[in-house]
Amino acid sequence: MKKFTIERAPAPVWMRTLLPIIAIPVTFLITSIIILLDGANPFTAYYNFLIAPLASKSSAIEVLVKSTPLLLTGAAVAFAFKGGYWNIGAEGQLYAGAISAAFVGTILVDVPPIIGIPAMIIGGFVGGLIWALPSAILKVKLGVDEVVTTLLMNSIVLNVTSFLLNGPWRNPVSMWPQSPEIQPGTMFPQLLPRTRLHFGIILAVLVILITWFVINRTSFGLKMRAIGLSKEGARFAGIKVNKTMLTVALISGGIAGLAGAGEVAGIHFHLIDAISDGLGYSGIIIATLGGLNPFGVGLAALFIGLIDTGAQTVSRVMGVPVYLGDVVQSTLLLVTLSLFVLQNYRIRRVK
Amino acid sequence: MHAVEMKGIVKRFADLVASDHVDFNLEKGEIHALLGENGAGKTTLMRILYGLYTADEGQIIINEKPVVIHSPKDAIKNGIGMVTQHFTLVPTLTVAENMVLGETAGITLNLPALEKKVAEASEKFGIPVKPQALIKHLSVGERQRVEILKALYHDANVLILDEPTAVLVPQEVDMLFEALTRLQKSGLSVIFISHHLNEVMQICQKVTVLRDGKLAGTVNVADTNLKELANMMVGRENFGVKRQGQRERGNLELKIENICASDKKGLPALKDVSLDVHQGEILGLAGVSGNGQTELSAVLCGMHKITSGKIFAGDVDLSHATTSDVCAAGVGRIPEDRHANMVGELSVAENLILDQMNNFVKNGIMDYAKIQKNAEELIKSFNIKASAGDRVRTLSGGNMQKVMLARTLSQNPRIVIASQPTRGLDVGATDYVRTVLLEQRDRGAAVLLLSEDLEEIMALSDRIAVIYGGRIMGILPAHEATAEKLGLMMAGSAA
Amino acid sequence: MDSVLFIVGLIAAMLRVATPLIYGTLGELFSERAGVLNLGIEGTMFLGAFTGFAVAATTGSLWLGLLGAILAGILAGLLMSLLSVRLGVNQHVAGLGITLLATGISLFAFRVIFGESKVPPSIESFPMLQILPDTNPLAPITNQYLLTFIGIALIPLVWWIISKTRFGLQIRAVGENPEAADAAGLNVYAIRTRALAIGGALMAVGGAFLTLAQLGSFTFGIVAGRGWVCIALIIFANWHAVNVLWGALIFGGVQALQLRLQTQGIKLPYELFLSLPYVVTIIALTIAGRNASAPSALLKAYRRE
Repeated sequence: MKKFTIERAPAPVWMRTLLPIIAIPVTFLITSIIILLDGANPFTAYYNFLIAPLASKSSAIEVLVKSTPLLLTGAAVAFAFKGGYWNIGAEGQLYAGAISAAFVGTILVDVPPIIGIPAMIIGGFVGGLIWALPSAILKVKLGVDEVVTTLLMNSIVLNVTSFLLNGPWRNPVSMWPQSPEIQPGTMFPQLLPRTRLHFGIILAVLVILITWFVINRTSFGLKMRAIGLSKEGARFAGIKVNKTMLTVALISGGIAGLAGAGEVAGIHFHLIDAISDGLGYSGIIIATLGGLNPFGVGLAALFIGLIDTGAQTVSRVMGVPVYLGDVVQSTLLLVTLSLFVLQNYRIRRVK
Repeated sequence: MHAVEMKGIVKRFADLVASDHVDFNLEKGEIHALLGENGAGKTTLMRILYGLYTADEGQIIINEKPVVIHSPKDAIKNGIGMVTQHFTLVPTLTVAENMVLGETAGITLNLPALEKKVAEASEKFGIPVKPQALIKHLSVGERQRVEILKALYHDANVLILDEPTAVLVPQEVDMLFEALTRLQKSGLSVIFISHHLNEVMQICQKVTVLRDGKLAGTVNVADTNLKELANMMVGRENFGVKRQGQRERGNLELKIENICASDKKGLPALKDVSLDVHQGEILGLAGVSGNGQTELSAVLCGMHKITSGKIFAGDVDLSHATTSDVCAAGVGRIPEDRHANMVGELSVAENLILDQMNNFVKNGIMDYAKIQKNAEELIKSFNIKASAGDRVRTLSGGNMQKVMLARTLSQNPRIVIASQPTRGLDVGATDYVRTVLLEQRDRGAAVLLLSEDLEEIMALSDRIAVIYGGRIMGILPAHEATAEKLGLMMAGSAA
Repeated sequence: MDSVLFIVGLIAAMLRVATPLIYGTLGELFSERAGVLNLGIEGTMFLGAFTGFAVAATTGSLWLGLLGAILAGILAGLLMSLLSVRLGVNQHVAGLGITLLATGISLFAFRVIFGESKVPPSIESFPMLQILPDTNPLAPITNQYLLTFIGIALIPLVWWIISKTRFGLQIRAVGENPEAADAAGLNVYAIRTRALAIGGALMAVGGAFLTLAQLGSFTFGIVAGRGWVCIALIIFANWHAVNVLWGALIFGGVQALQLRLQTQGIKLPYELFLSLPYVVTIIALTIAGRNASAPSALLKAYRRE
């Protein structure tokens, strides 16, 4: 007779990769409930959610447009988490990057793109980095919990943005709360005519590749992974925990800042109040779904980009509120987290 | 009549069978020793009886009735109390609050009344405690008394004590034994987990010996002797590894001058500690657990700050060194807690280079071929039963320790700090670790061995120092150090 | 005279602003003393604000609205318990996930129930209690919402529960040393679950205060980071119920002062002033964080070996 027991031991590797994929149908099963409560047909809803956006070329490209900032915030969060730094502040760092890029974009009058675009990239990175700096310093110098401080920095930057847009940067002609338009030489080039797909996605893919390389192939990466897994163990081995963690936190902030720069330079060409609306928090979802692996993050970002696009399709076609997308995203996060617990168990046959 | 019968108990942890069809019977009113080496399965068996683990197979019978014990709550209901090695007290609560923690009757706590009840119980059982004191202000011995009284307060008639003497000085041990003998007369049955043969002979009536998770036998103390018990415990006559002869000692290598340090709570843990370790010798540091060894080891590893004093490795001043300075100075470290000081989720190969990354990097990029080769060589030469890609967390204690040894010793350190290097290891691994330490000495390294295992200290050391209350009580050459002398020093009397 | 009016108005506003913070922080206190950092607070307050409003608007009863909010808060607490206590998921990410979920569900349901009307729907909110006649110069201070008084009264009650009752003892035990609590025969999971449910209910009432009392309507930015302020207040209060009052009043005071100055027509970059509480919180964290006495088992999932 065969008997099976469940015991605490690391699950096989194929199991670990499979879990996020199992999470998707489970999530849709759960979210069907609220679709039904709204009186809509879940199957039609999911068709519009997942298939319809990919059915036409223009909406499939729109999925990539939506994924562009998500790739960056996802990579930013995954990089920080991998290094044991709980950066919840990608949202704020994205805003800071956007502010900084908008500033760079307005002052660089009549520059050629060869100067303007790198300047926007640096501007966005530095902006995000600066916004990540206080929390990172407080963490490594005084041991102040970075979760709380990065969260609060998010709230602060929203006020700063609103101050800039209603004060010094308010459009003097239209009185719209938006910054002056950035200079043509600082705009990210379009990749395909008559679409919103811009250079930012190339930047994002590069960032994904670079972060993967840094994490898995460099000594800095081994140091940060060791710290992320065991601070004591890393310190015992002579790794400078604080210095490494500070660097990780700042790079993470910089990457999130790039997402903001991309939105300014590639999509809006102004700073606006609603430039993010939760892209940084989605980054946490994406990092988790992607198992903190940059390639996993890439897939997860595309998927969340699809959900974001799909939510608009569902809303347009069926009148289901667009917030269904938020519900699906967060449910997917919680389901995946719960399934990840299974990683610590394996089923074993007892003879 | 049996107070407790355990029949055919099986408990597996992943690939390890921690308890393999073990039978255990406890008579009413006896003190019954559960004897065995580290890892023999004593604690596992008792954690099953107390409901902290659930057995995979087997039956528990209490007072002739089969029972199911899923949690400590069930155990307490069946009159079983346990004092574990890590005390289960809440440090921020008072003695009385800890006593009544498991009770559920009533909404409010009438603390004065509870404190009075606890004081009465303390009187009745002859175990002095202060009901209003916060646990965090009590000494280890006092905490143990609270634990024992807590069990008795909850009407335990079977008391399990897990290595109760490991944390006590001899005087406290006497007090404990006296109390146990008295309680035994009033009908209490005691299960006494230990690996100290002398204690077992002194206080117990019956002994059950476990070896590698299996029952090795149950005997009456009156019908046996130390030698027989030792044989049952290890399955052979004596330990193999011993220091051979006296060696000419070399230059002074590690110099510790009057260092002071505080523990995690900020209380003084090291007081004016001075030690010299020369090339080609093992200096053993003996002492009862919790007398400053942990802090000394952490200080020498670069993990803990000193408040005053100096440390030199050769000419290098390591008084305020970081871990990377310590590594760079050629100090090899075998830490007390290998789990906390390795990165369990990283692979064996990665852990093996973690403290010498610069040797495996080209322009900031890891040379994974070289890392793999290094791992394969060390796995072979240190006889590690694992492959390079395995995560260290999945290794057994002995193999994990071998990884640590391989990483540290493959760099040919001139100083070796080894803290409790054989704790929790089986006999084979223990012998191996001891052999390797002796090899380091013969190679000319200066070895400082911190161990709570007096036998180990005496078997390996050229000179033996004793630490008590954070102070060095004295240093004896090996040929002058008898167990008796050392024992007195470990209890706090100067040499 | 003007300055008296100013100060009276300031104190009155301070109490109003402090009310949701008091509820939220007391809720978080229950969770954290039991060993769980609940970052679901922001979303739970939002859910409470929405549920309270939606139930009140559809049934016409403010009290039913409040009850609905409490039930929704308990559900959010139970979900947090399922994830972080039963399954042992990382508390940071689980809490944020709950915030995102609770916010998403509230927004979704708001659109389903109220549609996309241009004018935000509103309800007749709880009246202020008339303790002193309006002519009395001190009336603005004493004449507050019942929920404000209940909130203030809850502070000694919560202190009493945590330090003087058996349940409080159990909460402290599972938050400090769950192994010890387990060995004593307590059900660590059940106690943490109860603490999270109570905490969720309190957080939701804090949110419902905004819709049912203070504003009478529901807007998307209604909670606006108040949950995060509560997370900081806990640290500021060093995990003691009584200190929660001082913390909430100080932050309420800063906020109220800035509102006052704004209405007095003093030209200030008010958006930057709005950031002041957060900046003060970070500074407070930096100062208090060093000798903070957080529950020892905070952030640690308990699992028997």
